[in-house]
Amino acid sequence: MSKTDISDVGLDNYKFGFHDDIKPVYTSPKGLSEDVVREISRQKDEPAWMLEFRLEALQQFKQKSMPTWGADLSRIDFDDIHYYIRPQDRQARSWDDVPEDIKSTFDKLGIPEAERKFLAGVGAQYDSEVVYHSVREDLEKLGVIFLDMDSGLREHEELVREHFGTIIPNGDNKFAALNSAVWSGGSFVYIPSGVKVDIPLQAYFRINAENMGQFERTLIIVEPDAYVHYVEGCTAPVYASDSLHSAVVEIIVKERGRCRYTTIQNWSTDVFNLVTKRAVAYRDATMEWVDGNLGSKVTMKYPAVYLMEPGAHGEVLSIAFAGSDQHQDAGAKMVHAAPDTSSLITSKSISRHGGRTAYRGHVQVLPDAERCRSNVECDALLIDDKSRSDTYPYMDIEESDVAIQHEATVSKVGDEQLYYLMSRGLSEEQAMAMVVSGFIEPIVKELPMEYAVEMNRLIELQMEGSIG
Amino acid sequence: MFFTIVRQIIGSINEESPATPMTVANSQATLAIENLHVSVNETEILRGLDLNIPKGEVHALMGPNGSGKSTLANALMGHPAFEVTAGSVHFKGQDVLALPTDERSRLGMFLAFQYPAEIPGVRVASFLRMALNARRTDEISAMDFRRLLMEKMDLLKMDPKFANRYLNEGFSGGEKKRNEVLQLAVLQPEIAILDETDSGLDIDALRIVSDGVNQLRSTDLGVLVITHYQRLLNYIVPDHVHVIINGRVVDSGDSGLAKRLEAEGYEQYGDTTSEGTD
Ligand SMILES: Nc1ncnc2c1ncn2[C@@H]1O[C@H](COP(=O)(O)OP(=O)(O)OP(=O)(O)O)[C@@H](O)[C@H]1O
Ligand SMILES: [Mg+2]
Repeated sequence: MSKTDISDVGLDNYKFGFHDDIKPVYTSPKGLSEDVVREISRQKDEPAWMLEFRLEALQQFKQKSMPTWGADLSRIDFDDIHYYIRPQDRQARSWDDVPEDIKSTFDKLGIPEAERKFLAGVGAQYDSEVVYHSVREDLEKLGVIFLDMDSGLREHEELVREHFGTIIPNGDNKFAALNSAVWSGGSFVYIPSGVKVDIPLQAYFRINAENMGQFERTLIIVEPDAYVHYVEGCTAPVYASDSLHSAVVEIIVKERGRCRYTTIQNWSTDVFNLVTKRAVAYRDATMEWVDGNLGSKVTMKYPAVYLMEPGAHGEVLSIAFAGSDQHQDAGAKMVHAAPDTSSLITSKSISRHGGRTAYRGHVQVLPDAERCRSNVECDALLIDDKSRSDTYPYMDIEESDVAIQHEATVSKVGDEQLYYLMSRGLSEEQAMAMVVSGFIEPIVKELPMEYAVEMNRLIELQMEGSIG
Repeated sequence: MFFTIVRQIIGSINEESPATPMTVANSQATLAIENLHVSVNETEILRGLDLNIPKGEVHALMGPNGSGKSTLANALMGHPAFEVTAGSVHFKGQDVLALPTDERSRLGMFLAFQYPAEIPGVRVASFLRMALNARRTDEISAMDFRRLLMEKMDLLKMDPKFANRYLNEGFSGGEKKRNEVLQLAVLQPEIAILDETDSGLDIDALRIVSDGVNQLRSTDLGVLVITHYQRLLNYIVPDHVHVIINGRVVDSGDSGLAKRLEAEGYEQYGDTTSEGTD
């Protein structure tokens, strides 16, 4: 895949963008340097403290070593990546360049024409803007802020400054440091005290270029007694031009607030997907991560909840699907830092065609965090003998008065199950898909309707062997 | 009563059908099994079994535990663990042994399992809808399907909430059996093999299921009922009763045969343990 070439981008082709001001076209040269970081910050016209934050992060990135556990990351070439491409420039790719299998998957999923182009990184849908605006007006009346992160920083600098990087510091880990240095896009969400947003924040925003960057940065603040369900991604394969996706998501849920964050990602199979997600939950607050990882070459993702005050509850529901030459290393982290906190981790993974999945979880109970409860259930389904699944449950329990449960199962699709379903006329592929959908159903039923439908359709397609 | 009702379903009975098993495929037979040999794990279980079930007839198959009844049922449906080493099975003139399980089903064969598999996470309704669509040329609409399913569940006096339960998961023994008959009702095959569908059903359930099947009237439905219980056969007079011992049909007759078995047991056929055969 050729990278975006400046000369290909005619300004008259510029059909979309959140801002009216058209800035000079800019694509950073390949590789990471202080100059690149400064230029990104300058392009975005950022306040000095953000540039400071970025530069510090760059130093951290250089110092940190690569993780030595998890998946094989040796094939990432940090010098061969564009760290910043303005989203409006991405449309310079031609539809003809999009691989056939991705196109045919769009067909099978019934993705609308305009949306396909966007997902393939070819064009953008402008129509959603109209819908989105009216929704945004309703939200604004409630005092809800829902912006891409760059706009959030511009329009709500103080709020952003107060929270940005407080949950995931810029030196947290090598990839969080990288994101902190070169982040672009992502969302900024603020839900005022007592406001319950009854529509998932996504559908209207789903087709938003800024949202889909490789280094997006999301910050969500849920004030006391507020509620929001944020949904990102989609089940259609996203064809990224660069092979590294490294996002950071920080969430703060204050007293009695509740936040659910749903991700469905289906990156093309050459992408390294290395994401840091962390939330803090205060007194009686609930944080739920729902995470589906279908595509990518390698995924390393362990959404975390820090349960800071009594009554806080954290959940992670995750699905990972690994096909040929894919490694999904996913899991969760729960830190019980206060008494009477509870957590629930449900992880489901499916491996086929030699794919590899791992559940990697960490449950930590700090001293004096009495009466904590934690329940971990991880189930792996192997479709064939070539595939592999591993479980790495780490427990760090420094308090005795706790109830911790861990249950792990590895199963194969049962011959009796396939035979039973086929005896009713389902083809072997349909039967297999049905067993697999059943396996992930406890998580799929938590997804918004249209995602659940797409998810099941996608599993069917995977099983037909027609994609992936 | 169970059989009476099954008999009503199938309508008129073909009086000319042979009273004893034939070694030559009956041209009228919907299902013709000839000299069937089946092995499991290298052990021969069926040893030259012959059976013809003409269109629309009800046949009962009785025999001691381990004599090969479920093996026959599964071999007919194409279970991969059951290896057919000799013989033939034709259904509607087609060589079914050459077909994979799903094609046999779509051809009109149905097995109500003695031990139905549990499929976690798959709802009865969505499964049945997919199964029904698999045998139709046009997809049934969600609404039409719902109506059909509710109608059949009503027939079997099943709580509608079963439509949303996960397939067989946590079902009681009797509920599983009733759910098998529900599938029979929705899928409307041409030959149904009921493997001990009556065992596990309480008396009321047996009546309800029988009544339900009664409503399924179709002159095309042939039935092979595998059962241990004379109680069931007291209600009904099957067209034919066959006795299987050690993987072979050793006796056939009318319903009187079932009564004789009740009185005399299987000992009249000699040693019925497979080790002692031949
Ligand atoms: N998968 C298998 N592996 C080994 N032996 C098997 C297998 N399936 C069946 N058998 C053996 O084959 C023989 C016939 O079994 P089958 O289930 O057909 O009996 P049945 O007539 O249905 O008995 P029942 O009345 O108890 O249901 C038995 O001895 C059984 O143990
Ligand atoms: Mg049996």
